[in-house]
Amino acid sequence: MNIVIIGANSAIAKATARLYAEEGAGLFLIGRDGDRLQQLAADLRVRGASAVHNLQLDLAETGRHARALEQAAEALPRIDAVLICYGDLPDQDQVALDSEAAQDALTVNGTSQVSLLSAAARTLAAQAEASQSDRDANGLSFPAVIAAVTSVAGDRGRQTNYVYGAAKALVSTYLQGLRGRMLPYNVHVVDIRPGLVDSPMTAHLEKGPLWSSPQQVARCIQRGIAKRRYTVYAPGYWRLIMFIIRCIPESLFKRLKI
Amino acid sequence: MEVYGWGRYPRAEARVFEPRDCAALAGCVAGLGPGERLVLRGNGRSYGDSALPAAAGGRIADSRHWDWFIRFDESTGILRCGAGLRLEEILWVIAGRGWFLPVLPGTRFVSVGGAVAADVHGKNHHGAGSFCDHIEELRLLLASGEVVTCSPTVNTPLFRATCGGMGLTGAILDATIRLKRISSTRIRQTRHIGADLRHSLELIDRHDGSEYSVAWVDCLARGPKLGRSVLFLGEHERDEHERDEHEADEDSRQSADSDSEAASKHLVYTPRRGPTVPLDMPGFMLNRYTMSAFNNLWFRLKQIGSKKGGSGKEDRLQADAYFFPLDSIRNWNRLYGRRGFLQYQFVLPLEAGLNGMGEVLGRVADSGKGSFLTVLKRFGPQNENFLSFPKAGYTLTLDFKMEDSLLPLLDELDAIVLAHGGRHYLAKDARMPEHVFKRGYPHWERFLAVKDEVDPQGKFASMQSARLGLTSRPASRPT
Repeated sequence: MNIVIIGANSAIAKATARLYAEEGAGLFLIGRDGDRLQQLAADLRVRGASAVHNLQLDLAETGRHARALEQAAEALPRIDAVLICYGDLPDQDQVALDSEAAQDALTVNGTSQVSLLSAAARTLAAQAEASQSDRDANGLSFPAVIAAVTSVAGDRGRQTNYVYGAAKALVSTYLQGLRGRMLPYNVHVVDIRPGLVDSPMTAHLEKGPLWSSPQQVARCIQRGIAKRRYTVYAPGYWRLIMFIIRCIPESLFKRLKI
Repeated sequence: MEVYGWGRYPRAEARVFEPRDCAALAGCVAGLGPGERLVLRGNGRSYGDSALPAAAGGRIADSRHWDWFIRFDESTGILRCGAGLRLEEILWVIAGRGWFLPVLPGTRFVSVGGAVAADVHGKNHHGAGSFCDHIEELRLLLASGEVVTCSPTVNTPLFRATCGGMGLTGAILDATIRLKRISSTRIRQTRHIGADLRHSLELIDRHDGSEYSVAWVDCLARGPKLGRSVLFLGEHERDEHERDEHEADEDSRQSADSDSEAASKHLVYTPRRGPTVPLDMPGFMLNRYTMSAFNNLWFRLKQIGSKKGGSGKEDRLQADAYFFPLDSIRNWNRLYGRRGFLQYQFVLPLEAGLNGMGEVLGRVADSGKGSFLTVLKRFGPQNENFLSFPKAGYTLTLDFKMEDSLLPLLDELDAIVLAHGGRHYLAKDARMPEHVFKRGYPHWERFLAVKDEVDPQGKFASMQSARLGLTSRPASRPT
């Protein structure tokens, strides 16, 4: 297993990377903070990763996305999975009024991820074409996976968090279309929607019984990728919760301060 | 937010910071206003107020994000890792490669930083010493913002003060640990029944050569049964031949090339996941009768297959079942109800063992308060750390449900312990008066001298350190 993890310093990405390292996977880590990437790489090597490569990159620089994915393809013998896993929870009260801040939130949580997804799609399509001849020869093919961590917030626009939700919904919708487009290349697309996760991104919020740890979410991601799921709610009970939330009639929903 | 230790008593309001790197932590320390204190917290498994803020609403720096491995040399067994890493994760990673932690406390959920700060001990203290006896080097962030290295040979006084120093000298960033080689994670356990206290201590002394040794005492037994116990001895399965015999049936078709597979089967560490206690049990469920019934039942179950006093029955256990029996029940601390519980652990010198333990156990049995399981063990010689708890003698650990009538009983027990030359474990303490602490720990002044030097303004302080007079107070202390 060789996996590219983008936004590797996020809590969920770190926990997921550790699960793969303990299986002996090869990893290519992309993140903004170079020191922390190196720290994580050392940690993953001790945990059993067969190889760890780092690339320090500010993901806001969308112009460098394509090259980053190419570098990953050069470093790893084959890319089995690309996991996009970062985000920034904006202050809803601020982004509701400040359109520039709203733009920034949409960029970080939405459009920059789309740029990465399209770069990943191109890289994996190229990989599939390059290995076409091998596949024909031995008749085997293992689908590669593109996985992105979105959020249950994208399932319905709630008045307390709709800018973040809109960005995540954008990515989720993009993934649905990408899934069909990548079918001929034998690339599978997974949409991972965590609920409330106790991570540095949410450190300022009060925690309750519905909160889960990055480790729990990481296990859901690993299983979702291994089983080639389409949409993974992490943990699974969020599927039911969000189903109920989507069923609430709009006339009532608009009054709910959730 | 409200914060508490594993005993869930006492509780305090605190502002919790979770720094993700050294710079963030340094910023947190530098940002302390005059008179503001910071307490460092690992995984919150100390029982009392060691990781609670000195004043209500004070600051806590939580080390949960410092959970990285840094380097592991498989040939020498030297491991360097961040202070927030939990022991269970270390076991998970190293056991499969034939290494083990040299000292394991009663729970696998302890962070490395916490293990160093409390200089924790395990079931092998009589042979292996305590956790810090296996530390090669520590890196500390001092109150000044400076990062320093200390070890038994470099910055020795700082090292002696930091090991067992309850996080009061500075923030432990990472630690270098000497691991121990094992050939199997499985434990060969032998049980012996001690009919009364004298017999129990005799058995412990007689089996001092066993690698691991711990006794569970029925603290509600009275009269001639006072101090009756079950002694659990343990050894790592060691002998290749013994192992092969044990595995003979399964491995009958084994060929040479699956040897490594067989070896790896012996080096599996799998954390057990048991039931969770979902919510606080009503406090009244734990009373003299339920507890006594539990102790009786438990004792009888453990007696099955062991001859009284004779050589007991042997079992083979997975490491988790031997070292961390309570960890398999998540949140077992909720069994004691909403008000929480106190753990009371002390050590008495060898010669005082029989009389002192007898007095304490008698007093506890008379009071009718007592715990599910009380632990008795023998310590080896003490180390040179200023505030490390273990010293040559016997240690006893009791759990008590928190109730108003408990505190006077504990004061009485304090007097018995001090009269016999004993002392109390800081990681379990939530209420000890200052004079009891200072009599038990003769090196407290040497500790404070180092503390004054590295933290003259007393920035690192906890509710416990304030209570025990362990925090420098420059205002009241002439310099």
